[in-house]
Amino acid sequence: MADTDLSVAAHAAPTTLKHHFDDREQQLESSTLGMWVFLLTEIMFFGGMFGAYTVYRNLYPAAFASTSHYMNVTLGATNTAVLIFSSLTMALAVRSAQLGQKRALISFLTFTLILGLVFLSIKYVEYHEKWVDHHIPGPGFHYAEPQYFHQAQILFFLYFAMTGLHALHMIVGAGLIITLIAMAARNRFSSGWYTPVEMIGLYWHFVDIVWIFLFPLLYLIGRTMR
Amino acid sequence: MSTTLPLPETTERPNYLNVDYSWKSWLFTTDHKRIALLYLFSITAFFLVGAVFAGLMRLNLLFPDGLFEHDTYNKFFTMHGVIMVFFFLVPSIPATLGNFLLPIMIGARDLAFPRINLLSWYIYIAGGVFAVLAIVKGGVDTGWTFYAPFSTTYSNTHVILAAIGVFISGFSSILTGLNFIVTVHKMRAPGMTWSRLPLFVWAHYATSLIQVLGTPVVAITIVLLMLERILHAGIFDPNLGGDPVLFQHLFWFYSHPAVYIMILPGMGVVSEIIACYSRKGIFGYGFVAFSSVAIAVLGFMVWGHHLFVAGQSMYASMVFSFISFLVAVPSAIKVFNWTATMYKGSITFDTPMLYALGFIGLFTIGGLTGLFLATMAIDVHLTDTYFVIAHFHYVMVGGMVLAFLGGIHFWFPKMTGRLYPEMWARLAAAIIFVGFNLTFFPQFILGYLGMPRRYATYAQEFQVLHVLSTAGASILGVGYLLPLIYLTWAWRKGERSPQNPWQAKGLEWEQSPTPPPTFNFDVPPVVTERPYNYSEEVEVGGY
Ligand SMILES: [Cu+2]
Repeated sequence: MADTDLSVAAHAAPTTLKHHFDDREQQLESSTLGMWVFLLTEIMFFGGMFGAYTVYRNLYPAAFASTSHYMNVTLGATNTAVLIFSSLTMALAVRSAQLGQKRALISFLTFTLILGLVFLSIKYVEYHEKWVDHHIPGPGFHYAEPQYFHQAQILFFLYFAMTGLHALHMIVGAGLIITLIAMAARNRFSSGWYTPVEMIGLYWHFVDIVWIFLFPLLYLIGRTMR
Repeated sequence: MSTTLPLPETTERPNYLNVDYSWKSWLFTTDHKRIALLYLFSITAFFLVGAVFAGLMRLNLLFPDGLFEHDTYNKFFTMHGVIMVFFFLVPSIPATLGNFLLPIMIGARDLAFPRINLLSWYIYIAGGVFAVLAIVKGGVDTGWTFYAPFSTTYSNTHVILAAIGVFISGFSSILTGLNFIVTVHKMRAPGMTWSRLPLFVWAHYATSLIQVLGTPVVAITIVLLMLERILHAGIFDPNLGGDPVLFQHLFWFYSHPAVYIMILPGMGVVSEIIACYSRKGIFGYGFVAFSSVAIAVLGFMVWGHHLFVAGQSMYASMVFSFISFLVAVPSAIKVFNWTATMYKGSITFDTPMLYALGFIGLFTIGGLTGLFLATMAIDVHLTDTYFVIAHFHYVMVGGMVLAFLGGIHFWFPKMTGRLYPEMWARLAAAIIFVGFNLTFFPQFILGYLGMPRRYATYAQEFQVLHVLSTAGASILGVGYLLPLIYLTWAWRKGERSPQNPWQAKGLEWEQSPTPPPTFNFDVPPVVTERPYNYSEEVEVGGY
């Protein structure tokens, strides 16, 4: 079909305009707007969970203070630093793409990928700790302070749901960055066309920002209450 | 007609249908028109499945003691609701007529993201597979609302399968909305300013806002529901310190705005039809356009009217009640403006117009009875009765399904290049109107008298009204089968349509061939006049 051929052509020579756009400016603006609208849906997606979090934190502030003592703040803070740093390398990757510097682009993307994997590994260690401590919600759940058993279980449920969904976004992001590296290695990008780098960059920053909210809300906020 | 044209080699000019007949050209198409047809066939199939469940329910309700096991009846109404809401009503007009027409109406060659458009159809089908799997494996009995803790703790049916189906299909809705928003912003033809957009496009733009902002919330709600059903950590279980009302808040945060996903596109269709068959510009174009956006915005702030008797704070209920009244204002604006459009117009009662008039009448009844339910004191009496059922079927079926059928008839020549048999179509429209009212009007009375929804049995005194309702449903069923038959026939054998059979305004009729070629226009379209310029007036300060 003629249609498919055109989109294949657009892949082979990325600067080629897709058939349904008038010019490259329109194409870029559409991609950018599309990405922002997508991020809006992501905000609403996480928003439902932040809403549930708010409700339970207000219902059970004392239990919340109690659970936050079982969060590993050192690992959480390390991960926050790792992610902020990965946002920097991602921004530098976009800049390299802008300047058409292929080698810099590939190395910054690789840095970002490594930092993402570091984050996920640390997250794994944390989850493992929770597993050892029987803090996974469900039939095997145990809690040191029995008066908070049910409430703490709900809060750990939210902890796993929120950080788990975030980690899932990180895994998807890592996959996307690998795709970008492969595309960059095959000279798909130029200073005239690097839209995917920019779009995935936006996605990466968004996922980082979600963590910036998760860290204080889940790890820090209850520790001052005793 | 075509025999008189000097085309020696082919009788038909190339269009999006005849360029390629292979199955690959359909399953891998990125043409928004072909994807629209893929959606059209899929949602029609789901509509038939949902309708069968409705038929089984009505059969059961012929008898005060019921006909089926009570558990089976619970599955009937659940599957009817799940299929009809998530797999028919939500995608109905946007994914079919919207997909087909929106790019043509604004003068674009395709949607902004054609491959994402195709992806959305595959996602829809994947979600549908899970829903069908849930049915085949024995069904679900929670009601389409999946209320916790019944759905998370007590139900022993295939809740997770159905929930996965709804979760997945939500993303097809999100992607459609995203595509429409970007397309409307970035792909308009020269001269197609915002104030010249067809009202169909305005309605779809507003719908897309809801799809993009609301659907993710129900998606995450369903994730929490599934996790809770697996882990039993208690997040929605009051026995374990959880809050079941939180589930209702999250669910209705999407599902109330979702009723506007299910009605706004219908309002868009009706605006086009009313203008065409009254031969007049839409009265108060700006008001009708902005009322769509107002409905979308206000619609996000009224979900609490589903929780008046759920233990929600009285003050919250008062606010939700007040805003629910407010959202009736933009809906009423539309009805008044359609009526004013028809005033002194040259009205013809062709089939699409019959559906549009039916829409106005039935939607008005559905909307006004919604105000009864938005009134806190009356809602205490009417909550969970057949009054609610009748109310939302007047909006969803009397409104959206009639608009869908009206739109399908109106643009049938555009999509197929053929004309449908007018007399059969008018007959079907009349049968549907009669059948619909006979089905659902008795339910208002049933509900007012206290018959609760979702009950397999009832007191003897309700039988007459239930029998009337079932009789109406049978008539309605015949009414639905008729278009299925004659439209299928017309697609193959109908008379060939000229480019603009209704002498309608709008790019899709005036500047795009019928049926359109793959890229919609032979000559890049330019817009030089205001929308619905049926009186051929020159724009003030003209172009
Ligand atoms: Cu509502």
